[in-house]
Amino acid sequence: MSLTRQDVDKIAHLARLQVTEQEMPVYVKSLSAIVDFVAELARVDTQDIAPMAHPLVGQHQRLRPDEITESDRHEQYQRNAPRVQAALYVVPRVIE
Amino acid sequence: MHTLSIGELAQKLAAKQISSLELTDHFLERLSRLNPALNAVITPTVDLARAQAAAADRRRSAGESGPLLGIPLIHKDIFCTEGVRTSCGSRMLDNFVSPYDATVVSRLRCAGAVMLGKSNMDEFAMGSSNETSYYGPVKNPWDLTKVPGGSSGGSAAALAAGLAAFATGTDTGGSIRQPAALTGVVGFKPTYGRVSRYGMIAFASSLDQAGTFTRSAQDAAIVLQAMAGFDPKDSTSVDRPVPDYQGLLGAPLKGLKIGLLQEFFEGLDERNGALIHAALAEFRKLGATTCEVSLPNLPLSVPTYYVVAPAECSSNLSRFDGVRFGYRCEDPKDLMDLYKRSRGEGFGAEVKRRIMTGTYVLSAGYYDAYYLKAQKIRQLITDDFRRAFESVDMLIGPTTPTPAFAIGAKVDDPITMYLNDIYTIGANLAGLPAVSLPCGFVDSLPMGLQLVGPHFAEDSLLNAAHGYQQVTDWHRRTPAGYA
Repeated sequence: MSLTRQDVDKIAHLARLQVTEQEMPVYVKSLSAIVDFVAELARVDTQDIAPMAHPLVGQHQRLRPDEITESDRHEQYQRNAPRVQAALYVVPRVIE
Repeated sequence: MHTLSIGELAQKLAAKQISSLELTDHFLERLSRLNPALNAVITPTVDLARAQAAAADRRRSAGESGPLLGIPLIHKDIFCTEGVRTSCGSRMLDNFVSPYDATVVSRLRCAGAVMLGKSNMDEFAMGSSNETSYYGPVKNPWDLTKVPGGSSGGSAAALAAGLAAFATGTDTGGSIRQPAALTGVVGFKPTYGRVSRYGMIAFASSLDQAGTFTRSAQDAAIVLQAMAGFDPKDSTSVDRPVPDYQGLLGAPLKGLKIGLLQEFFEGLDERNGALIHAALAEFRKLGATTCEVSLPNLPLSVPTYYVVAPAECSSNLSRFDGVRFGYRCEDPKDLMDLYKRSRGEGFGAEVKRRIMTGTYVLSAGYYDAYYLKAQKIRQLITDDFRRAFESVDMLIGPTTPTPAFAIGAKVDDPITMYLNDIYTIGANLAGLPAVSLPCGFVDSLPMGLQLVGPHFAEDSLLNAAHGYQQVTDWHRRTPAGYA
């Protein structure tokens, strides 16, 4: 296996994902298989090749003027929130 | 009525032989009767559909006309629809009611198209069989024990079963073309940036593109006309005029140069290869010339994709944090527990696998070896295509290596599943337009051929596809029981 259980634990933590005991062996195996599968790329000579920045030649990320274009719709948006109080998103206490 | 093209339905509507409400009720009746066995549509919008149909009929009475006015469609559930649940096939968004419409949705509504419902899909568009959906797999109407392909499997199956006149989809690595091939319909993926991504839930932003499922190339031209065009709300949308796709159809194919993609034929099932060669013979009869073309870096497409796409996915899906919208776990003990359990419980196995793959390839010490390397190889693949298009107008090959496979056959082996997209991923990496067309049958299941063109060659791809469909009738076949 190219990845150990400890590797997957660390990746899961970085990704903020809980991985259960039952899931762990499956991910160790399948993530190792994927890492092995993409290892083929290391053998390709890419000297002097610039990494692709955009699928279309000459296109670049457009910027817009810094102007207010949206109206306040927070009530509508917050209808999808798990917990809201006084128009604020409620999460477990983070400051003691 | 459910096997007619958009053009034929539009004629009936214009001649007042039928109203949009009658047409909509016809499809809604089929949907309620046939969908339970297929699981293609996860959110029917019956009342909304009837209201939109009545509105289309009023617009027509007021003198308005248009090729999509009153035509019923199904949207992939990746497109945000205001006031309607937009789940993206995930438990994470099972309770998400979008507060706004995707640009694709609003454009088609403005054109008068009637939304019948939202289609099932692989969770967050990650899958090639529609088996990763939180709502269960979609069945292929040609054989209910087979997958319809994915990730837009619900849209493909719904159209093949005659539950709508057309459907929308998205294609990040083949998610329109592969299911179109496996269900015997036309799947069109436009050039990157041609159709707005605004309101289309992001998977891999440098690859995602919206497109169409239709019964013919002509129908694809009609729908693409309404969908395509500049949108200031999408920073990668291309500001470039949209040609009159339908008006350009019918141009003779004499002199068209089609390149046969050698790399796509290595190890290909003989019966599949024979179908592509038969299609080539038809193109030659229409005056096209054909030659063999090699893209030496193309075989690197799948590993390149499985670095780039998961990397972008892990970044895009970090927004699902259990705080602002979507699923939240019960009784989180602290903020970290809230994040980890909300995401761990809200996402399915394949989505978590891709997030972790992406997190790994982007993590400190690995970025250069994986992501940067993959983006360099992506450039090599793109350069291969560019060189090929210096000598040919378009490329041809199979859409998939095999016909539809059995439900459950590949779920335990991600690499085998990923290789389903071996012929489709190249066009996404290079941002190219491509279309899958029905071209015959293997083991009584439909197969597709794929045409890939240079950037913004939508018009010539549609014209070539239309020419082929004038002399063949594979696209008119209907699965038994759905005629």
